Amino acid sequence: MTASPEANQQRATFVNIGERTNITGSARFRRLILAGDYATAVEVARQQVEAGAQVIDVNMDEAMLDGEAAMARFLHLIAAEPDIARVPIMIDSSKWSVIEAGLRCVQGKAIVNSISMKDGEEAFLDRARLVRRYGAAAVVMAFDEAGQADTAERKFAICERSYRLLTEQIGFPPEDIIFDPNIFAVATGIEEHSNYALEFFAATARIKAELPGAKVSGGVSNVSFAFRGNDAVREAMHAVFLYHAISAGMDMGIVNAGTLPVYDEIAEDLRVRVEDVILNRRPDGTERLIEVADRYRRNPGEAEVVTMEWRNQGASERITYGLVHGLDEFIVDDVEEVRRQIAQPIDVIEGPLMDGMNVVGDLFGAGKMFLPQVVKSARVMKKAVAYLEPYIEALRAEGARSSNGRIVLATVKGDVHDIGKNIVGIVLQCNNYEVIDLGVMVPAQRILDTAREVEADVIGLSGLITPSLEEMAYVASEMERQGFRLPLLIGGATTSRAHTAVKIAPNYSGPLVYVPDASRAVSVVSTLLSEAHFEAFAAATRAEYDGIREEHLSREGAANRFPIAEARAHPAPVRWEGYTPPPPQSPGLTMYRDYPMADLVEWIDWTPFFQAWEIAGTFPKLLDDPKVGETARALYEDAQAMLRRIVDERWLRASAVAGLWPASRVGDDIEVYTDESRTTVAATIHTLRQQTSRDRGRAENYALADFVAAKESGVPDYLGGFAVTAGHGLDERVAAYKAANDDYSAIILEALADRLAEALAERIHERVRKDLWGYSPDEALENTALIAEQYRGIRPAPGYPACPDHTEKGILFELLSAEANTGITLTDSFAMHPTAAVSGFYFSHPDTRYFGVGRIERDQVEDYARRKGMTLPEAERWLASNLAYTPVGA
Amino acid sequence: MTRTERLQALHAAMRERIVVLDGAWGSLIQGYQLTEPDFRGERFREWPVDLKGDNDLLILTRADIVREIHDSYLEAGADITSTNTFTSNRIAQADYRLEAFAAELNREGARIAREACDAATARDGQPRWVAGAIGPTNRTASMSPNVDDPGARNVTFEDLRIAYTEAIHGLIEGGTDILLIETITDTLNAKAAIFAAEEVFEAIGDRLPIVISGTIVDRSGRTLSGQTLEAFWTSVRHAQPLAIGLNCSLGPEDLRQYVAELSRVADVAVSVYPNAGLPNQFGGYDETPEQMAGSLGAWAREGLVNIVGSCCGSTPEHTRAIVKTMRGLPPRAIPEHRPVMTLAGLETVAIGAI
Repeated sequence: MTASPEANQQRATFVNIGERTNITGSARFRRLILAGDYATAVEVARQQVEAGAQVIDVNMDEAMLDGEAAMARFLHLIAAEPDIARVPIMIDSSKWSVIEAGLRCVQGKAIVNSISMKDGEEAFLDRARLVRRYGAAAVVMAFDEAGQADTAERKFAICERSYRLLTEQIGFPPEDIIFDPNIFAVATGIEEHSNYALEFFAATARIKAELPGAKVSGGVSNVSFAFRGNDAVREAMHAVFLYHAISAGMDMGIVNAGTLPVYDEIAEDLRVRVEDVILNRRPDGTERLIEVADRYRRNPGEAEVVTMEWRNQGASERITYGLVHGLDEFIVDDVEEVRRQIAQPIDVIEGPLMDGMNVVGDLFGAGKMFLPQVVKSARVMKKAVAYLEPYIEALRAEGARSSNGRIVLATVKGDVHDIGKNIVGIVLQCNNYEVIDLGVMVPAQRILDTAREVEADVIGLSGLITPSLEEMAYVASEMERQGFRLPLLIGGATTSRAHTAVKIAPNYSGPLVYVPDASRAVSVVSTLLSEAHFEAFAAATRAEYDGIREEHLSREGAANRFPIAEARAHPAPVRWEGYTPPPPQSPGLTMYRDYPMADLVEWIDWTPFFQAWEIAGTFPKLLDDPKVGETARALYEDAQAMLRRIVDERWLRASAVAGLWPASRVGDDIEVYTDESRTTVAATIHTLRQQTSRDRGRAENYALADFVAAKESGVPDYLGGFAVTAGHGLDERVAAYKAANDDYSAIILEALADRLAEALAERIHERVRKDLWGYSPDEALENTALIAEQYRGIRPAPGYPACPDHTEKGILFELLSAEANTGITLTDSFAMHPTAAVSGFYFSHPDTRYFGVGRIERDQVEDYARRKGMTLPEAERWLASNLAYTPVGA
Repeated sequence: MTRTERLQALHAAMRERIVVLDGAWGSLIQGYQLTEPDFRGERFREWPVDLKGDNDLLILTRADIVREIHDSYLEAGADITSTNTFTSNRIAQADYRLEAFAAELNREGARIAREACDAATARDGQPRWVAGAIGPTNRTASMSPNVDDPGARNVTFEDLRIAYTEAIHGLIEGGTDILLIETITDTLNAKAAIFAAEEVFEAIGDRLPIVISGTIVDRSGRTLSGQTLEAFWTSVRHAQPLAIGLNCSLGPEDLRQYVAELSRVADVAVSVYPNAGLPNQFGGYDETPEQMAGSLGAWAREGLVNIVGSCCGSTPEHTRAIVKTMRGLPPRAIPEHRPVMTLAGLETVAIGAI
């Protein structure tokens, strides 16, 4: 993936600054310099220039190094190489003395990277005078006494102030100023970061427009920091970022010229998803990029040859083979053979079976086995253990079987999602941990009582919906109050390291760790239970979370938000002029009882199904992936077989309801009327508005209400709603599989039910667009286009970023009579049951788009509570994840 | 006249006409056929090393000869005479163990030139200017003296900065009008001189015009340290010089294209003072005063130059011919500055060219 000459031509005026001779950015260069291998380090510089770097960045910031001496030595050496010395040098250091040492070695006109007002105006101007005296240009960071700028407005303000000081006070030539308005990582999972690229673009455009002569540069690799280890995705992010940054006026950037793919040649699926996060186009952009990220990871393929020769080996080897390959056909015979040779049946488990599972654990840990395979291994293991159980029972002595540790797992109260938790449980069991799984909707006290009773070593909490985050914080505070010191693990789709650090860590002084996925669970638990490493790990994690929290709090203070009244003054840019909202063809409710499953199968979006199994990549390409393809194909076959049974044997049943009502925007609320006379308000939908202050020139603070015509305009508009499920009958089937020790099938079934519900939601939305509301009667989209949501209108769900308040789901359900019409019920945290269910609102205006409300201030929450008839603390509890402030009494 | 008045007159003259810089020193000094005792004088009679060949030392030991040469060039019509201080810095004078006299050499060298100029002005009322010559030293900060160790250096930027600071202080004390950083082979040495000049300007609270003059070694058109002329200009432009130019180097015929190149890129005055041809097989220079004046006159008519003169092998006769040729020819029009970020290694990179 290197840039073609044609594409490079298009970026002719953009200057690539090579980054491979930056000790902080290149592990290889760092190794070479630390080893004193300057000859090879010089070759790194040469390769960069050969690869097209027009300037090379040299950085020697490393604690183990005499930075001044290293900088001088390296610059002296490359000065002797005409192939390298032909390009200008960017002398890069956070230490001024190192920069000065570098300036004394270059005969050409170099760039100093960087100076800033971080230490005040005086130091800034002193250094700028010296830069000038040495005859260099300077990178000026958007950094002042108050810190690094992250919004477009502050970036520009600092740059403008720097520009005035430089040009007016010391006569610094404007054309020798390069602003670095700070490129920060996006797609980090932290919502506040999602706009960082756009802030950079906006600041760049203003600098170029208003500060004549000044240039804009930046360290491009920062933007992809969240994807460390996945160079293919990082490079795609760099190319996409640059594509837009250059359009905004960026003149140069620190990039690895040799590995920059051409924007147009990035696989479209990857490019679109990367663009979603760079341009902050959709609230789920990060998840969607993560979904495909692994597919693009570059790895040498591995193939395994399966033959029946393994049956000729000894019984222990056959057990191991059966476990590793998930083959249960012979496991009982093999186990029986070993049992007869060994006095204690327990020793069959402790010996050959655990040996085999250890091999599985090692392979999984090394990334050579994948989750579906491990779950199959667990199925074989359980079958073997189930066979031995009666023999052991007869001889059982309490505690005879020693495990690595005992873990209590639970999905917290109010939440019913458990696929991820089940997978974590299986992976831990495979590694000889005893797992006590309390299931779903488990109240805090039951978790704690169980942990005491079984003398648990670790407690793990899981949850998928946002109110679960609050419940987890509550469990943590109860653990603190009741004097627990056990390690507490936090996991689940909506949890994050930042959330754990900011919201949970302050509640519990014991060890606390966020576990991003099942593959991480084993190493975390084993470290927590290891005497040697426990203290260091717990302390390091605590320190890390303290750091995240401090950073978060300082950002919170620094972030600019508009008062709600002002935010309302710049709503979403929805064009109403000359627009007539389409009246629905079939107003009111439309029910689909027992929707034909067969109709849904071809509309399944398979990518998230594999994601649930921690197989990243896009379907169907992931089936051909050299590394995980084989596993994926096996899983897909099993899933297809089960789908046939789901359809043929009617294992699952689906139902749906959609409603379309006359509606008007009233402030930030949407009034829904019983009929076209618009006299009786059936319900009021309350929406939340973004309060983030972006660039002054282009402030847009979205609220869902903006997508509906205002009541005072007199324009009749409409709102839709829906609730669908494909999960009737699911619980019974899953319970049956679990009873048969077949977690593998149980998880496939749960994941398939989720996919079918999503497919149903997509199908009903299509019916709404084409028939029921009928505003896109001629729409004809393939499944891939549907998955990419290339249609008009959106269907945001309560509890998701555009509409973070789960309680709105209650209002929606009443409007739809959803419980009666679909059989879906709501828990007291507003989670839907069956879990395989989707609900949301429909908006039809062509200008609608998904967005995230983000952090909101107390003024809006007070107003919102008043509108909803809630108390302020009540509203604050439901909106806890979105509060930009710390509520009183919290 | 005070220096301020003289400099106002210089700027005025450069708007009106092409100004003429004097010629070579070495060939004239050779003509005096001086011996070791001449170089030593009374003052250095007991000096432990041979001093013959240290032409700058004549400032202290044969000031009469130095004055005579200034007078002869001024008499030939030169507007600017350069001091005999090409090697008067502690790095170059170390060859003669005369480091301690570097400051004095510069001060006295400038003083003699000043007296010569003032005397000439007193005769005809025409202003004359002293250019304090600052040579490259005999060491280079960008190149290794050892082929086996390309990272080695026998002089540092700091060494150079300190030596040049001392020299520049001396030149200014002695009464120079201009700082002439000349015969530059390594741009990094020149940048150390510029840095030193800026420090001195800050210390004395005043600025002197700087003329920067490089030299190219062969028909590749690059400096000895490998830069193209544009890269060289880009690397020293921060000095905001009065003029940028070339000296020594090649004879006029071969030099023309490089003068044209500098003239194209520089948004300050262009100066040029070439050799009287390349050295012939006897070490002499063959270009006659008429030939040399002819070449320079052609460049002037093409609008390439603002300051002209001559270098190695030239004599006051060359200067006389040049002055005659330049009479009535307009100076090169100085192009407006285009505010484009231009960076340089051995070559230039322009960023976001407008």
